[in-house]
Amino acid sequence: MPEQPLIDLRSVSFSYESGRVLIDVSLKILARDYVVLLGPNGSGKTTLLKIAVGLLHPSSGDALLFGRPATDARARERLGYVPQRAVISSRLPATVLEVVLAGRAAQRRYGGFTRTERQHAMRALERVDMAGFARRRIGELSGGQQQRVLIARALSSEPELLILDEPTAGVDRDSQIRFAQVLRALNKDGVAIVIVAHDLGAVAPDVRRVLALHQGHIDEISLEEARQRVGMFVDDHPGHGAAG
Amino acid sequence: MTFIRLFWPALIAAAVVGAAAPTIGTFLVQRRLSLIGDGVGHIALAGVAIGLWLNLSPLTAALGFSILGAIGIDRLRRRAPDESDMALALFFYGSIAIAVVVASKTGNFGVNLFGFLFGQVLTVSHSELITIGALGAAVIVVVSLLYRGLLASAIDEEAATVSGVPVSVLNVLLMVLGAVTVGVGMQVVGVLLVAALLVLPVGIARNVVRSFRGTMLAASGIGAAAALVGLFVSNAINSAPSGTIVLVVSAVFVLSDGWRRVRASMLRRQGEEAA
Repeated sequence: MPEQPLIDLRSVSFSYESGRVLIDVSLKILARDYVVLLGPNGSGKTTLLKIAVGLLHPSSGDALLFGRPATDARARERLGYVPQRAVISSRLPATVLEVVLAGRAAQRRYGGFTRTERQHAMRALERVDMAGFARRRIGELSGGQQQRVLIARALSSEPELLILDEPTAGVDRDSQIRFAQVLRALNKDGVAIVIVAHDLGAVAPDVRRVLALHQGHIDEISLEEARQRVGMFVDDHPGHGAAG
Repeated sequence: MTFIRLFWPALIAAAVVGAAAPTIGTFLVQRRLSLIGDGVGHIALAGVAIGLWLNLSPLTAALGFSILGAIGIDRLRRRAPDESDMALALFFYGSIAIAVVVASKTGNFGVNLFGFLFGQVLTVSHSELITIGALGAAVIVVVSLLYRGLLASAIDEEAATVSGVPVSVLNVLLMVLGAVTVGVGMQVVGVLLVAALLVLPVGIARNVVRSFRGTMLAASGIGAAAALVGLFVSNAINSAPSGTIVLVVSAVFVLSDGWRRVRASMLRRQGEEAA
């Protein structure tokens, strides 16, 4: 019996008012995969990701998550998602532990967080080496530390698939290396990983598959080709340097 | 002591509204909806004017209007975010214009409407006190029951949606609860000032408290304390209670913001010295 894909996009197309961004895109992500989806700004990477997690509906085609429609709550429970974001405001009145606990909010509908859930959240923080920051306000941390906390939030529900949108944008080189180590350990533990990025960066040695999105179409390319293409992506959009 | 003996319903009402408004406000402020209370207040005022015109309870009419208005605002914001500013302006100013026209045509423009604009806490009746108490209980019950989802949505709506939190339902509930708070709170501090109690205690609390839960609880305590202090001060200096309550909160907010800036500057200097 063939393995059920964690993500299964079948002939997906999507248009904004300004035009089509995805044209007949098909994609399968399997258990334990480690995939980077590359493409220049505006190529539709984030759109594709949002379709995969059910935040956007395709104009045509099907998006399945763990064999169910991508909007299905039971499918989403098995997913960890780190959205693209700017640095978190220092005014957000939330501790690191609260941000991570928020990742478990859907596990029960009513009430507060239990002691067991706090223990789960602390374990998730330990996995990204941030347990010592649990009581700090999230906005006081550096961009790289915040990114690790957001990964811990995605991990707190113990997902089988971790999806990260531009996770190292604006993060310094040392933090990128630390971040790559965290993802390597997670993948080794059996968590499938999908990263959307401009370039391979520090995760290059660990990646198993590279997908390139260009002019609405997706291609699977080799690591070598990915390294060459990064120049092309960067040329399209000055200001996004190739890190790593 | 005479003031307490004579005006204990006012003191209880002020404390309950002072505690309930910032509890809801903590979630609204985090979603950058700080001024929503102001907007819903305009709509509630139209409800009051129409209620007085139709011989309905002004409080009931205001609650009905503000709940419908809050749901309408939420839908507008989501359906057309780029154009929602203009649509909301039409909503808000249209409502206050309806209130003024209806009140002037029905002879309620003077004392009746004025009372709801600026509050009439000293004349709170026992039945109104029960309504206000019910509001306090409703806020505590709803926030306690739905705290997990409300926290996740306040921190990151997109991530909460993907993780399976029913964000749209919680948004509507939050807006309705905000509208009920405005509708009931206008009895105490008036439509124009109830929004201040939704927001300013939250601003004070997040200047001094680290966690979300702590901010919510501290804001609630600050709101209640400011409402009580404001009432005592207004009695001592013979000023309008609602304005005095809001001035007390505003003064504490300015002090707390100054403290936050001094602390941030000290921490920055320590960091530079360590580097």
